[in-house]
Amino acid sequence: MTSAPESHVTTSDSVVSVKDVQKHYGALHVLKDINLNVTKGEVVVVLGPSGSGKSTLCRAINRLETIDSGEIRVGGDLLPEEGKALATLRAEVGMVFQSFNLFANKTILENVTLGPLKVRGMKKSEADALALKLLARVGVENQKDKLPSQLSGGQQQRVAIARALAMQPKVMLFDEPTSALDPEMINEVLDTMVGLAKEGMTMIVVTHEMGFARKAADRFVFMADGQIVEEATPEEFFTNAKSERAKDFLSKLITN
Amino acid sequence: MDTLIDNIDIFVKGFSNTLILFAWSAVFSLILGTIVAGMRVSPVPIMRAVATIYVNTIRNTPLTLVMLFFALGYPQLGLPKLDYLPLAVIALTLYTATYVAETLRSGINTVPLGQAEAARAIGLTFGQSLSQVILPQAMRAVVPPMFNVLIALLKNTTIAGAFSVLEAGAIRAFLSERGEPALIVLLWVALVFVILVLLLSLVQRYFEKKWRNA
Repeated sequence: MTSAPESHVTTSDSVVSVKDVQKHYGALHVLKDINLNVTKGEVVVVLGPSGSGKSTLCRAINRLETIDSGEIRVGGDLLPEEGKALATLRAEVGMVFQSFNLFANKTILENVTLGPLKVRGMKKSEADALALKLLARVGVENQKDKLPSQLSGGQQQRVAIARALAMQPKVMLFDEPTSALDPEMINEVLDTMVGLAKEGMTMIVVTHEMGFARKAADRFVFMADGQIVEEATPEEFFTNAKSERAKDFLSKLITN
Repeated sequence: MDTLIDNIDIFVKGFSNTLILFAWSAVFSLILGTIVAGMRVSPVPIMRAVATIYVNTIRNTPLTLVMLFFALGYPQLGLPKLDYLPLAVIALTLYTATYVAETLRSGINTVPLGQAEAARAIGLTFGQSLSQVILPQAMRAVVPPMFNVLIALLKNTTIAGAFSVLEAGAIRAFLSERGEPALIVLLWVALVFVILVLLLSLVQRYFEKKWRNA
């Protein structure tokens, strides 16, 4: 049933490489023999039913989840143990969460400048300028002095994207970025993401948004029961899915 | 009233020692307690273990025993000789810091996990996440129970009487020798404590307002 994906050899322009990764939650085998290689500028969309391990995989890439065995590399470097080195590496990996997770005690501007100031040691004037530029890019610069709770979900998520971009990451991870949003706010976030993809940002996106996936993805990774069942281009996946699990998944999408 | 006025020297001396004990112990236990709370939520297992053992041993020991250890045991350890007052401060600090740590930890637990994950995800170190994101948000929940801890500390200073430190709790013993009625003396001591605690409550109200929107 597992169709061997075309082999993605680890090359010098590999941004994220995941090799033979296993993870258990107690008896549950949440990540099974995961192999994935993402090259510079590539947009990989991870699809699959709930509980298939997609979010866990996404979170494992910056070690918010630990793995039992296997190896994960970002920009060629193995993920280090918890500590200063891991913090440095995480700064290179932007993460956007389902629940936004903006710092509730900081203003919108401070949310974006915190990383540049504390991690990059940037001067306040530079950090502010950078943050304003990014906030303008995601269209929320006029909210800069508000607290996160005063913004709509869609605005918060766009700020979260700006916050991640402020670290000038090598890769951006999106963990179901629109799942907590009201329908009318989904598009403003997706448009921002499509814009990023067009500019050549390397992205790994866990999502159920097929419209976005079709528009922006270079490659689909379909997961079920902790395994990567199928890898394909969007075109191949929609017209000619090989595995039964993927066909089943697709048929449900269409009937809904 | 005569009891108070005739012996004002002892009252002033006693309560100023109480305040000295309280101030130093409060400052040190807030510092130590914050460090220990940080260790208890640290991603490093050994840090968590050390902090947990410390909290569970000292917090489960009666303060009188901790005090007596420093009063009687410490001088025999061959360490630098210290006066009873600093020894009392050390004992009070070690004891109170466990409560400070647990109070802070409960406050930290009110902050959604996503806040810490987002802080780590942008590359903040554990200490930076704690000081920039987690603790400021924990403060709001922490102020009332933290002042409980401080009020308990203020009153616990009276146990330093066991150290021959003349503090408020020892005033009665001193004044009994001067032939003052013990009950009246104790009532005056109690009244001053009530006033001091009321003052602390005012400070508490200030901080509750200040961090309401944090």
